[in-house]
Amino acid sequence: MTAPATPAPSPATVGEQPGVRLARSRRNAELSLLLLAMVLVAAYGAMVEANVLDTVTADFWMPAAALTAVFLGLHLAIRFLAPFADPALLPAVALLNGIGVGFLRRLDLAKATPAEREDLAIFAGTGGRQLAWTLASVILAAGLLALIRDHRSVSRYAYTLGLAGIVLVMIPAVLPRSISEINGAKLWIRIGGFSIQPGEFAKLALLAFFAYYLVRKREVLSLASRRFLGIDFPRGRDLGPVVVVWLISLLVLVFEKDLGTSLLYFGMFVVTLYIATERVSWLLIGLVLFFGGAYLAYVLGETVGGPFANFYLRAQIWLDPFADPYEDGYQLVQGLLALGTGGLFGAGPGGGQPLKLPEVQNDFIFAGIGEEIGLFGLSALLVVYLLIVERGLRAALAVRDSFGKLLAGGLAFTLGLQVFVIVGGISKLIPLTGQTTPFLSAGGSSLMANWLLIAVLLRVSDAARRPVTGVGGKAARPSGGPPEQLHGAPTEVIRP
Amino acid sequence: MPELVITVARFGFLILLWIFVFTVVGVIRRDLFAGARSGRLVAAPRAVGASLGQGAKPAKAKRGRAAHQLVVTAGQLAGTRITLGEAQITIGRAEDSTLVITDDYASARHARLVPRDGQWFVEDLGSTNGTYLDRAKVTGPTPVPLGVPIRIGRTSLELRP
Repeated sequence: MTAPATPAPSPATVGEQPGVRLARSRRNAELSLLLLAMVLVAAYGAMVEANVLDTVTADFWMPAAALTAVFLGLHLAIRFLAPFADPALLPAVALLNGIGVGFLRRLDLAKATPAEREDLAIFAGTGGRQLAWTLASVILAAGLLALIRDHRSVSRYAYTLGLAGIVLVMIPAVLPRSISEINGAKLWIRIGGFSIQPGEFAKLALLAFFAYYLVRKREVLSLASRRFLGIDFPRGRDLGPVVVVWLISLLVLVFEKDLGTSLLYFGMFVVTLYIATERVSWLLIGLVLFFGGAYLAYVLGETVGGPFANFYLRAQIWLDPFADPYEDGYQLVQGLLALGTGGLFGAGPGGGQPLKLPEVQNDFIFAGIGEEIGLFGLSALLVVYLLIVERGLRAALAVRDSFGKLLAGGLAFTLGLQVFVIVGGISKLIPLTGQTTPFLSAGGSSLMANWLLIAVLLRVSDAARRPVTGVGGKAARPSGGPPEQLHGAPTEVIRP
Repeated sequence: MPELVITVARFGFLILLWIFVFTVVGVIRRDLFAGARSGRLVAAPRAVGASLGQGAKPAKAKRGRAAHQLVVTAGQLAGTRITLGEAQITIGRAEDSTLVITDDYASARHARLVPRDGQWFVEDLGSTNGTYLDRAKVTGPTPVPLGVPIRIGRTSLELRP
């Protein structure tokens, strides 16, 4: 398992210990975890067929095999392009993605007529489309790994990315309703049968910009401050960018009618700010601003209506979904009932009634899956999300440059926050918003953007775990010789 | 399909799901506990550090274990680990340093760590504010024992096995 790239440790340095401990690439561990995940996906597919069709067809393994092939491809790409990347990220994400495809296929089976059921092609229906999107996304993720060989090179395009991010966020807001609105939220661009959610990609671009901006400004943001009530508050003029982002997220809230996305953007920025400055005051300011803004929108929605009315309605549904269980509260009530029916162990994959849930392939996929695998299975999926976020934060902690730290930390946190927003929404912890569940929900944009996010995390974790070795012939220097003078020495930049 | 098979498969799937979770945790356990384990070793070589000011001989400072990691214990990069190889490690604010520290009290080329005969030596590169090994100022190449903090401005570094 020891990485082939590591030069043999000199007997003088490592004589007492066999091998360098942390310099392992652990690619084989990744491979076996990945295969275990794919066995789980195949087992899920088989159980769905056993429950829905009452028999397991001979080609139940086809979607799992297609997924295995493409993930093995990504695994090979990682072996060559990022050999020291974190071994747990790919299998964990692959499991979630596979379960998502399996569940969507299960919905197709439930919808299909008995005649169609027997030979549902693997690329047919929502599940098949999701499978195709997975193939495309994974290939794109491998492409990103090949394109970005050093995550620091991203910072060169930071302002371009920031501008692109803002434009992407704004596009659905200015487009006419007929193109951009689905279910009351203006988040999409619909062209023909295709719908793209540009905000999903915007979050990556914006985060790269935030990370770059904060690396440059961290000193002034963390040093110049006034102490008040025992907390260090930043100067007014340094608050500028935060207020701008706050305004943008409020505009998203108002014009795109989406609390989830605005919470996501704002949370993302505040947390990267917190990581950069280590100041708790930013978290406090962020929370106060967000809750203040949300409350203001609520009050305005009650009194003025207009653009705020949608938000007011959502908050009302959240406060009391059973007030109108067949109209406004229908989604949430059905979701809660599904989770309740699932109970501790669920009805078994394929044993539930997910078609009674509106939007089960998108927002409510977690409730639909929860009905069938129960709390026991759902908590396993949540722990898998947690592990992905933990690995991201770990990469952020271990990487040796500030930009990488902020980028990986911010991305990992954003992923976690998105899971929180949607799972909190369907379980009535916070008002429900139209967020996708990363890797599970049907939808190409979300899947693709999240796979790109994972590719960036893989790239940063590769840089973080790669051992420091001399570049070129440096390592071959006899260790007994005198230390070289720095001025004459070739520079030892770590370019992972 | 008989009811029994379905029930067994249902619970078997859930158990397999958790087995996957625990296998992933097992794979990353090494990372999670790496910090805690080396934390235990830090306290041991205090005595070695104390005797350093008098120019301890490299042979004397060399301990049973070889250093495999350089860990930043305090400062803005705290938590950062560098796995040591054969190459020297340069520390400073300059972009081309191995460890680029953004510390107001650090010089562009502040110090470097050089391996020689299985022992790491710290050497100050004419920095403005100096490099300290535990509490002693580093003047010439000085051997660095495991777990003794090297202080550069607000940043602290340690060698760990």
